[in-house]
Amino acid sequence: MNRASTSSTTGDAASSTTDSTPNFCGHCGEPDDGGSRPPSDPHLPCRELLVLEPPRYCAACGRRMKVQVTPTGWSAECSRHGVLVR
Amino acid sequence: MTMQEDPATTGYEILETARRQVLEEGRGLTQEQLVEVLRLPDVALPAALQLAHEVRLRHCGEDVEVEGIVSIKTGGCPEDCHFCSQSGLFDSPVRGVWLDIPELVKAAKETAATGATEFCIVAAVRGPDIKLMNQIKFAIDRINEEVEINIACSLGMLTQRQVDQLKEWGVHRYNHNLETARSYFPEVVTTHSYEERLETCNMVKAAGMELCCGALIGMGESIEQRAELAAQLAALEPHEVPLNFLNPRPGTPLENQGIMDGKDALRAIAAFRLAMPRTVLRYAGGRELTLGDLGTREGLMGGINAVIVGNYLTTLGRPADADLNLLVELNMPIKELQKTL
Repeated sequence: MNRASTSSTTGDAASSTTDSTPNFCGHCGEPDDGGSRPPSDPHLPCRELLVLEPPRYCAACGRRMKVQVTPTGWSAECSRHGVLVR
Repeated sequence: MTMQEDPATTGYEILETARRQVLEEGRGLTQEQLVEVLRLPDVALPAALQLAHEVRLRHCGEDVEVEGIVSIKTGGCPEDCHFCSQSGLFDSPVRGVWLDIPELVKAAKETAATGATEFCIVAAVRGPDIKLMNQIKFAIDRINEEVEINIACSLGMLTQRQVDQLKEWGVHRYNHNLETARSYFPEVVTTHSYEERLETCNMVKAAGMELCCGALIGMGESIEQRAELAAQLAALEPHEVPLNFLNPRPGTPLENQGIMDGKDALRAIAAFRLAMPRTVLRYAGGRELTLGDLGTREGLMGGINAVIVGNYLTTLGRPADADLNLLVELNMPIKELQKTL
């Protein structure tokens, strides 16, 4: 997940999507160690793509999120982990 | 002289023809001539872009029209447009979501704050039902109360009654893209026909709304089909043509289609301008991937005279400030609201 660009979160367990290493890739929804092993990081292309698109999967649980894009920002809502807003 | 240095084989001949026919006489290039432009070698590309820019300045003026777009209803579309992540028929990560009216008004305000004169409300539908039409009416009223901006809509295929309603509600412009050439359309969409798209476009024009009818290139169409699309758009005489470049979306049938070559994209920009000297030619989706920052600049100096600022419907664009600062740097004034009425 593009954690650095996430400005705020709401929801009961939102902190788990921002304060800890993500468990799932925001782009493809597959398990992710957050890029701690860059040489073999299979999600490097995903992270590059997340520059030009919002995350579609919750970093904490891998659920598909409801994403709303507006001209100046986006929000992504996980049914379990709340809303990310940028 | 080698073959490569011969103006006739490097394509300059078609540019000389275009200079007379398009720049001086204001007549767009034909489909056959557009194939020649689209086949220009790289060495001729700067000259093609320069000519397209001159055509834009002479026939459209120096202003650049700025627009923001937002999705009021995302995902769950029953159509199978193979490029679109919002089709409910594909295994796409995009989930269905509706934007509420306060958020829509907020988006319109933010768009107006960029200097934009157009705000387009888009829904991923085959065509609007009564519920959506009622929401659109409510949204238009709320936006008009609070924001000075032209409202455009893109709600799929319309009935005559819906065209008349949108016109009555003050919708300034209606977007309905041809997307690709008639000959390639069945490869891209099977749930509706090219003729159905044309029908809505023609109704919109007949009602007196401005028609915004765009293209999506880089979907595997041939050069000839790209020229065919430009010629078909020119024949339709839309007020605006948004030019999209394929951004292959996960889960769609075109997810493995490669990103279009940047030079081919620039050739297409020049060709579309030379096909439609007086049309608003707008940068739309996919340019960030296909052209990057440098290509964006080259396109603005090569026939483009309008931009979508900020984000798109499901993907993100360059920050609005990046485009607005570029327009300042290029000494291109933003079209004022009064000039659009």
